Amino acid sequence: MTELISDELPTTRQHPFDPPAEVTRIREQARISRLKFADGHVGWLVTGHHQVREILGSPKFTNDPARHHMLDVRFQGEAPPERRKVEPGMFLSQDPPDHTRLRKMLQGQFTVRRMNQLSEWIGTIVDDQLKHLRSFDGRADLVKEFALPVPSLVICAILGVDYDEKHRFQDDTTKLLSLESTFEEAMDAMARIQEFMRELIVRKKADPGDDMISDLLATGEPTDEEASNMALLLLLAGHETTANMLGLGTYALLQHPDQLKILRDEPEVVDNAVEELMRYLSIIHFGPVRTATEDVEIDGHLIEAGDTVLMHVPTANRDPEKFPGNPEELDLRRPASGHVAFGHGIHQCLGQQLARIEMRIGFSKLFQEFPDLRLDVDPEEVPLRTDMGIYGVHSLPVAWSA
Amino acid sequence: MKISVDQTKCCGSGMCVLTDPDLFDQNDEDGTVVLLVEQPDAAHEATAEEAANLCPAGAITIS
Repeated sequence: MTELISDELPTTRQHPFDPPAEVTRIREQARISRLKFADGHVGWLVTGHHQVREILGSPKFTNDPARHHMLDVRFQGEAPPERRKVEPGMFLSQDPPDHTRLRKMLQGQFTVRRMNQLSEWIGTIVDDQLKHLRSFDGRADLVKEFALPVPSLVICAILGVDYDEKHRFQDDTTKLLSLESTFEEAMDAMARIQEFMRELIVRKKADPGDDMISDLLATGEPTDEEASNMALLLLLAGHETTANMLGLGTYALLQHPDQLKILRDEPEVVDNAVEELMRYLSIIHFGPVRTATEDVEIDGHLIEAGDTVLMHVPTANRDPEKFPGNPEELDLRRPASGHVAFGHGIHQCLGQQLARIEMRIGFSKLFQEFPDLRLDVDPEEVPLRTDMGIYGVHSLPVAWSA
Repeated sequence: MKISVDQTKCCGSGMCVLTDPDLFDQNDEDGTVVLLVEQPDAAHEATAEEAANLCPAGAITIS
């Protein structure tokens, strides 16, 4: 991170795979502690796994950003609550009943069964992309040629977005998620992606296709504005998150040859490997955030109505109470389910079953097809996304025997 | 052991189906939970407990 986000909470990882050591020390002292936000509000920092689950699962907290105190000191003054109002369709930032109504329109599209039915098709996308990677003759950037294109191609095809139009949203997604963008820059990027989505909704209404956006519009349930923002959420969530898990996950496996050997020798371990990589890497820096709507006692602490609570997923996913043994280590055989990397509560990742399949097929085929894949730079030269809201690697130079 | 589900709480995460597809399914329309077996046999008791524990929305209870 080039700029300081908070005087109170360290937000930069010192090691590419671990949460900041100081936050781990905070958890060792208290799984719930006080935290000062940028406007001086004294809210809470939650680092315990059980406590994070309890808060995310509780209806006594709102997810409305206009009601949160903000951690980021740079946004003070620039982003008053009235500028953080949630637009129709942005169900990720809404509470019931709006959230329930909108999420229900999409839930049927992301069931385990439907996602499993996509396995074979996702396999062919992965195969094609690996063929593309091989065309680079022994060395390439894994992020650019594999980790980013695979989930982007998948989510674009599912939604009915033309992948060739990725210039309309990919760079702006980067600006939107960059922790170095000003509030103004992020809002401008958002406005441009919204414009693209609004155009897309008009096109889909005139000429429906066999895709999720057309299906959603055909139900007649969401307004055009809602449908546009819902589609935008799915597009952003669908390509950035899985891409970074594939990129950072590959880096982590290459740096843990004993674990990579397990994945190669015991292919059936892959489902658990995906869960463990999710737990171990937890690709956000901090969050999510909630604000109490009434007084609530959590673990003996009275959280008062109006208090903002910042949960720290990377640290909670290393909580030895939940993951005994050595939670600081990557262990592909560890029972890792129950991690909170997809969140918890009613906002738990809608696309998680798709993400699991993309990772399962992506990691399996990558290491089958490229058994001697290795880093092509010194490990410390891999550029880390410490500057991005979604953590990962900016690029991953790799090499193999051509 | 008896499993109960509450469709009104369910948020369609699919964690139950992922954990034990013999006990749980999802409605194709809105992704909400469909209980296949109310009283699991001994071989499925542990996964029933796990599904209840993993459910993000607290929609599954075991009695």
